[in-house]
Amino acid sequence: MSTATEDKHSAALDAAESGATQHVTFRLRIRRFNPEQAAEPVWVDYELSMDPKEKLLDALHKVKWEIDGTLTFRRSCAHGICGSDAMRINGKNRLACKTLIKDVLGKPKNGVYKPITVEPIKGLTVLKDLVVDMDPFFQAFRDVMPFLVAKGNEPTRERKQSIEDRARFDDTTKCILCAACTSSCPVFWNDGQYFGPAAIVNAHRFIFDSRDDAGEQRLEILNEKDGVWRCRTTFNCTDACPRGIQVTQAIQEVKRALITRRI
Amino acid sequence: MATTETTPGAPENPGAVAPVIEPPRKRTARTPRSTRTNFELFAWLFMRLSGIVLVILVLGHLLIQLYLDGGITKVSFAFVAGRWSNPWWQVWDLVMLWLAMLHGANGLRTVINDYAERAATRAWLKALLYAATVFTVLLGTLVIFTFDPNIS
Repeated sequence: MSTATEDKHSAALDAAESGATQHVTFRLRIRRFNPEQAAEPVWVDYELSMDPKEKLLDALHKVKWEIDGTLTFRRSCAHGICGSDAMRINGKNRLACKTLIKDVLGKPKNGVYKPITVEPIKGLTVLKDLVVDMDPFFQAFRDVMPFLVAKGNEPTRERKQSIEDRARFDDTTKCILCAACTSSCPVFWNDGQYFGPAAIVNAHRFIFDSRDDAGEQRLEILNEKDGVWRCRTTFNCTDACPRGIQVTQAIQEVKRALITRRI
Repeated sequence: MATTETTPGAPENPGAVAPVIEPPRKRTARTPRSTRTNFELFAWLFMRLSGIVLVILVLGHLLIQLYLDGGITKVSFAFVAGRWSNPWWQVWDLVMLWLAMLHGANGLRTVINDYAERAATRAWLKALLYAATVFTVLLGTLVIFTFDPNIS
């Protein structure tokens, strides 16, 4: 009776039920930098044997906890919400906690995998290993006034909004400020003066909020020399966003709002 | 588990040559506000609109100069003199000159802004660009309006 169901067992289910994990051996190539030891960063390889279904953050933990405790990186929730572990993995900005090892491992050549490279995000000063100075990033965020500004009498209960009005800026409410977008933007890399996609996304979230009254002020800020007009629509930000926000579209919507309201 | 050190710039790994980019100027709370004008907005809009007009002007120009009526072989002093005796072609060439020069100059301005890292480099390149643009536009305008077909 039970043989029928047993026949349907797939190999993967068998493996899962047996509790055995299929470990693979690969190298993690991390760009290490310690200003107290050397002026230049060095690439250091760590050989790991892990289940490829684990997250890249687990691999970093394995290095830090079992091989070299001096490895420094930011992480907090480890579930893609706090936005602290954005890094360049195989040359692409991603969250280490949302990236599975198997997705960046590639195919083995003669049984050997190419090393997975891990670097700090670009365009911000590296303090140590994978930790960068986020101050310029958050300064641009603060500059666009990322908070509700409402005039008039305060309502006794909540500020009501229709479903349509809420949907207008829904996409840009998802930002977790991980800086993956801003640090993937070639215009930001050059001199760090461009506001950057993240700040514009967070301005967009309030500019198109029907309850907010400071949209004009925010548009004025983004209309300046280092505002939205420096965007070259390379879509690096949209590709990098771990939350799937249509970042370039949000920037274009701010541009369109500026043109239609100024002319 | 073995750890092996690789030298920075190892040729097998293309990522190794990526330089550390230190932002030369940090955005801080004390970063001075730039003057708020609509210049960048109009520059952005001008690029799009002039681009559309230039497609028509430049393709028309190329068609006449290089293809119709024998193509390049017909272009001579007399041909140019004949065309510039007609105000229509004077205006065509004038608009094409101004739009192409301003469009190109504005494009190069953004390229300089995007790629020049030091403020001094940026200023010098832009000064050179603006000088060349003004010179070409003025000289071209002068020639279109003061062209003398009887010059010997």
